[in-house]
Amino acid sequence: MGLDIRLPIGSMFTFIGLLLSIYGAVRPQSSESVGININLTWGVVLLAFGIIMILLGRRGAKALKNASSGDALPSQKAP
Amino acid sequence: MNLTAIDWTIMLVYFAFVLGIGVALKRYMRTSTDFFLAGRAIPAWICGLAFISANLGAQEVIGMGASGAKYGIATSHFYWIGAIPAMVFVGVFMMPFYYGSRARSVPEYLRLRFDEKTRGLNAISFAIMTVFSSGISMYAMARLIQTLRIFDAFFLRMNLSHESIFDVSIFLSAIIVLAYILLGGLTSAIYNEVLQFFLIVAGFFPLVWLGLKNVGGWQGLARKLPESFTHSWRGMSSPDTNPLGVEWFGLVAGLGFVLSFGYWCTDFLVVQRAMAADSMSAARRTPLIAAIPKMFFPFLVILPGLIAVAVPAMTAQRAAPDSSAIRYQGVVVQASGDRLATAEVLRSSKGLIPPKLDATGNPVVDSNGKPQYDYDLAIPMMLLHYFPTGLLGLGLTALLASFMSGMAGNVTAFNTVWTYDIYHAYLNRKASDAHLLWMGRMATIFGIVLSIAAAYVAVKFNNIMDMLQLVFAFVNAPLFATFLLGMFWKRTTGHGAFAGLLSGTVAAALHHGLTLPIGQPTGIKGGWISVHHYYPSEMAQNFWTAIFAWSTCFLVTILISFVTKPREEHELVGLVYSLTEKTKEENVAWYSRPSALAGIVLGLTLLLNVVFW
Repeated sequence: MGLDIRLPIGSMFTFIGLLLSIYGAVRPQSSESVGININLTWGVVLLAFGIIMILLGRRGAKALKNASSGDALPSQKAP
Repeated sequence: MNLTAIDWTIMLVYFAFVLGIGVALKRYMRTSTDFFLAGRAIPAWICGLAFISANLGAQEVIGMGASGAKYGIATSHFYWIGAIPAMVFVGVFMMPFYYGSRARSVPEYLRLRFDEKTRGLNAISFAIMTVFSSGISMYAMARLIQTLRIFDAFFLRMNLSHESIFDVSIFLSAIIVLAYILLGGLTSAIYNEVLQFFLIVAGFFPLVWLGLKNVGGWQGLARKLPESFTHSWRGMSSPDTNPLGVEWFGLVAGLGFVLSFGYWCTDFLVVQRAMAADSMSAARRTPLIAAIPKMFFPFLVILPGLIAVAVPAMTAQRAAPDSSAIRYQGVVVQASGDRLATAEVLRSSKGLIPPKLDATGNPVVDSNGKPQYDYDLAIPMMLLHYFPTGLLGLGLTALLASFMSGMAGNVTAFNTVWTYDIYHAYLNRKASDAHLLWMGRMATIFGIVLSIAAAYVAVKFNNIMDMLQLVFAFVNAPLFATFLLGMFWKRTTGHGAFAGLLSGTVAAALHHGLTLPIGQPTGIKGGWISVHHYYPSEMAQNFWTAIFAWSTCFLVTILISFVTKPREEHELVGLVYSLTEKTKEENVAWYSRPSALAGIVLGLTLLLNVVFW
């Protein structure tokens, strides 16, 4: 289908990752008796994941656009 | 539950994306194939993640956590002995027939292979069960929202009645799922399932991380728990020496073979996701790709259950805005009158698991006077215990997402089976494709309406969940025998298949009516004809019912097939193993070949079994 799924997934996690990391940085709360600022830590991880997804998604969309303008796709679809 | 603005924001962001995906996909819904089968254009990795995500309803997330708390790591058998071998089998051996036959649904395969009456039996029973499944998901989600008091503060502020929270939850979840499926069909459901998969990982991974750190890693956990909890095969030679109450044969044959293969190989809810793949090779790889995260899921959903019983009642206090607030395990629960927070309850909790409370707020005890625990609260209590506000919003959203992916999976399966196998087959053979597309949308609407009705039936009859579990088992257990014989033995006839299915279901019901798990009353738990045999546990009875049902179906199908006329061989090409050309695995990298993937998956699973022996 025309919409590469990695784009909405990436966008959502980038958004949530940003929210959590900013909140974690501004209001540090170490998790119950474990001592990690989990909001910040996990927020950064999700942010990174989201960005990677978006990059992958855009690469996929670009490949599709190149294919429709005549170039070969890097990976062939199996019949 | 004290939720702050950031928790709500995260939840709203998720719902916005879920609906947005539906809106973005609407324009691609041009034919019925687009709507019901996602145009058969989905890449393997997406199908794979949707395959497990559709199955990953709340019953799995909450239920596996509950089982983990109750039985320990032996619960992993549901994955490593149950799901994984079945997923490998369906990918390597059965997908060529499902995908190659161009059947648009599982019942349609049955029509192609056997006859109309077999298709009809399967289509109707599946349609009914899937609607009830969806309704029960809705019910469970609304109940959980009620119990955890997620919306309480919000409703209080809006001056809405507390009782209406249940209804609002049901209708909200119904409307959201309805909206995105109406708009984008199966594609929308699949995309959202993949989103939900990542969300569930994002929500539960930190929970396990924090929990393990808190109890001192796996070693620390093992020290705090009984030995059977951290060794999945300990004491499996006899039902009396392990927490599940069943011996290894009953486990492997009942769960590993009949029940798991019965589900993963024949349930259209999951098979539909593989049928949406963009090629035969992708369709075969879908269950195999799905098996890889699936085998690691025990660490995400079962482990929190184990941690929950290992953690002593919390002593740290959380800041509370209301000084008269009652704290349960140090967490503010409610301003006053919260029955979960009495001293007696706190004393009789098992780790984080509270005792089951009856209507008056007193702990429920079993026939020996021991308190019964509300294991279903294991995961929610873990979330409350470890997650600060912010991550709590994420964890909660992950939980809600798991409910909704289960619901959506059922609804898409229902609208397809209704439209193709009931409406088009029996009610309106001449329907055009555009009409079928319209029918699919209508079916989505009334499928959701019926699910809501089922949810309210569950309210009225609190035994309904147990009853439906039973009915599913009765109907599903024989099904795999039918498919096995149909796909691998060309002599199987339609009469044989139909007779086998019916007799298998009757055999299951009879077996259930004649046996009883020890310590249970007759009735819904069994023995409603008369008790001829006692089983050490409900699981044992469950697994053996499945074994009897399957065997009966298998034998009857073979016998009846021998005395009835089979179809001409040329009609069965592409539908039976011996009459179909073996698919030459195309020029793909060696690790993408289904057989190689299958080998890797099974090898890893064996390794996991050994590690947790």
